[in-house]
Amino acid sequence: MNFDLADHADKFLMLGGGLIAFVVLVGGLLLVLDVIPTKLAERRTVRLAAAVEAGTPIKAGRSREGWLALGFLLPAVLLLAIGLIFPAIRTTLLSFRNKDSSEWAGFDNYTWMFAQPDIRQVLFNTLIWVLVVPTLATAIGLLYAIMVDKARGEAVAKALIFLPMAISFVGASIIWKFVYAYRSGDQEQIGLLNQIVVWLGGEPQQWLLEQGYKLNTLLLIVILIWIQAGFAMVILSAAIKAIPAEIVEAARIDGTNAWQMFWRVTLPAIRPAVIVVVITITIGTLKVFDIVRTMTNGNYETSVIANEMYNQSFRYGETGHGSALAVFLFVLVIPIVIFQIRNIRKQRSEA
Amino acid sequence: MAVISGPRQAIAVASALGLVLTAAACGGGGDDDNAAATGDCSVYDAYKHEGTEVSMYASIRDTEADLLEQSWAEFTECTGITIKYEGSGEFEAQLQVRVDGGNAPDIAFIPQPGLIARFAEAGKLKAVGAETKTMAEANYSADWLKYATVGGQLYGAPFGSNVKSFVWYSPKTFTEKGYKVPTTWDELIALSDQIAAAGEKPWCAGIESGDATGWPATDWIEDLMLRTQTPEVYDQWVNHEIPFNDPKVAEAVDKAGSILKNDKYVNGGFGDSKSISTTAFQEGGLPILEGKCALHRQASFYANQWPEGTKVAEDGDVYAFYFPAVDAAGGKPILGAGEFTVAFTDRPEVQAVQTYLASGEHANARGKLGNWVSANKKLDINNVQNPIDKLSVGILQDSTTVFRFDGSDLMPASVGAGTFWKGMVDWINGKDTASTLTYIEGSWPK
Repeated sequence: MNFDLADHADKFLMLGGGLIAFVVLVGGLLLVLDVIPTKLAERRTVRLAAAVEAGTPIKAGRSREGWLALGFLLPAVLLLAIGLIFPAIRTTLLSFRNKDSSEWAGFDNYTWMFAQPDIRQVLFNTLIWVLVVPTLATAIGLLYAIMVDKARGEAVAKALIFLPMAISFVGASIIWKFVYAYRSGDQEQIGLLNQIVVWLGGEPQQWLLEQGYKLNTLLLIVILIWIQAGFAMVILSAAIKAIPAEIVEAARIDGTNAWQMFWRVTLPAIRPAVIVVVITITIGTLKVFDIVRTMTNGNYETSVIANEMYNQSFRYGETGHGSALAVFLFVLVIPIVIFQIRNIRKQRSEA
Repeated sequence: MAVISGPRQAIAVASALGLVLTAAACGGGGDDDNAAATGDCSVYDAYKHEGTEVSMYASIRDTEADLLEQSWAEFTECTGITIKYEGSGEFEAQLQVRVDGGNAPDIAFIPQPGLIARFAEAGKLKAVGAETKTMAEANYSADWLKYATVGGQLYGAPFGSNVKSFVWYSPKTFTEKGYKVPTTWDELIALSDQIAAAGEKPWCAGIESGDATGWPATDWIEDLMLRTQTPEVYDQWVNHEIPFNDPKVAEAVDKAGSILKNDKYVNGGFGDSKSISTTAFQEGGLPILEGKCALHRQASFYANQWPEGTKVAEDGDVYAFYFPAVDAAGGKPILGAGEFTVAFTDRPEVQAVQTYLASGEHANARGKLGNWVSANKKLDINNVQNPIDKLSVGILQDSTTVFRFDGSDLMPASVGAGTFWKGMVDWINGKDTASTLTYIEGSWPK
């Protein structure tokens, strides 16, 4: 491809324009953030000084600051309204309409969701994901954090398990596709797992097709655990390091063994961090889409809600079905969010 | 997380900026160096709309898209209409998003009549203008036009096409081993048995295709519906006038299963019959080149999947023969597919482009560039480049051919691009015919 700069002048102009707009916007914001409050503060000082001098009572300058706060909040509120609140309301409405949103359909989309065996399968799969991923990812992360804590080469060991976090879900899925890849027994294996099986004298397996005991879904779950365990480990490791040394020392002097130390000292001390990790991973798991789409596209009974929602809305033109699934997902996330908010409030009041 | 030190952060920002810049630079890329041969501009007088622009959106990408742009280069130069073409791998999903967002292209090439009907019924498409209609009716058979007709209105002209009823084989191996190209179903099975008896697997197949996994298997079923039933029954099946789990459909599926689910026959070069569902469709026929498989049923466009240097010809490394009919008395059924040029706007220049793309001039201009099959009657077979394309065009233009459009593209998308694909994957994976068909029937939108 020969590249002619002149051909793309308009694009560079646009890019330049964008950069200038960015600078103006950020500059403007900084100005508002920095200069105006300073000015206001100056004026207040002057006013206060004048008031003190004249001996009059001091009036509160609240309303002006209220306006200022509103000014700061407005962009965020506006963006939230456009990007989150409006779509949420619209999706909810669409979930009660028919496939091309032309007529009201009552609860048809919801009854469809629970009546179709393959959609029930999807809901069940999502349940497995939500139960297994947060539990195992947190457990592995915690175990790892405790094991490498203050060990030699801690940084390297942590980096090893944290690295997968940096890989996109699709990238990770492609890597694992090769792990599970299948070639028949008479050929050279290109999949790691099957090569190991062959070395052990077994027959290569079609891993992603094995539906017995939900094996294929569990194999997909391994990928998300691989990605998320690093996240759990980093947060929990930081929490462990924050446990006051006196407590640990006191426990030691009292003669605790490692088991007691973990259950009676470490775990209670890092409980808030564990809850944050479990909740974050749970919400992430509910939304899992990329891994399933890349690995199996929901075939072989491995589909999950987010994947089915995308297929129904954007590939099959069944907007009603897709919206109903989206609303259901939303409903599932709400209790977790409420729990999290309550938890934070409780911690604040305790602190 | 650790805070990154100053200079490193600067580098990160710089490289991010660099990415943005390169991305912007890569965005364009028409090939201006491929200016059309200075032909006679007077042919295009009727289409002149100086200084206008028509946007076009389709799933055709890369080299194929370059060839397309070359094919209309002369037209755009002479008429002054700029065609802004954009190809996308996520075309079907994105088109819906763009139309919903009020950002529809002027023209799209839609390969699914079901999708055309959906957009037409939603009032998003413009019916073709009088000139396009005349042009389309002159150049395409009624069989083809009916697939773009919704409620008595024609919404688009057919464009490129492909023939799906082909079995790929290696002429070289056939000569070496003394196999004869079968012309009837019984000969095909006899040949398969002969190869299987020699301890080799005669057939290979692959239906993995990303988020479209399963479609090659639906083509098998459609081809066998046309071979075990009459074309009328096929139409009834596609239009859901008979249920999906009708015994006639089950008969066709079982016939396909006699090959696809027969571990003596499949899957040459890959494993047992279950390996079909995880083998990429692009790789499905490649074992033919290594002699690990002899037969691969796949459309004419599979010609593009052979590695560079493979000679695709009757005397070459690979070629295809017509997938024979079970009952020769029923004529020569052909399964095929193709795109239709539909318009979301009706500005005069948009209609001019739509008309031109339905014309014999364009079909021949595109044909000369190679890799092109169309049911356009004005397409001169001498202008078609590859042997396999010639074979396809010959079949499409043959008056004894009974043509039927790919059924899964005609069904509602939730079946044709959803449960039918999915059902076939499960079927290959061991699920029995009856419960597979009942599952698909149950998912048909009410």
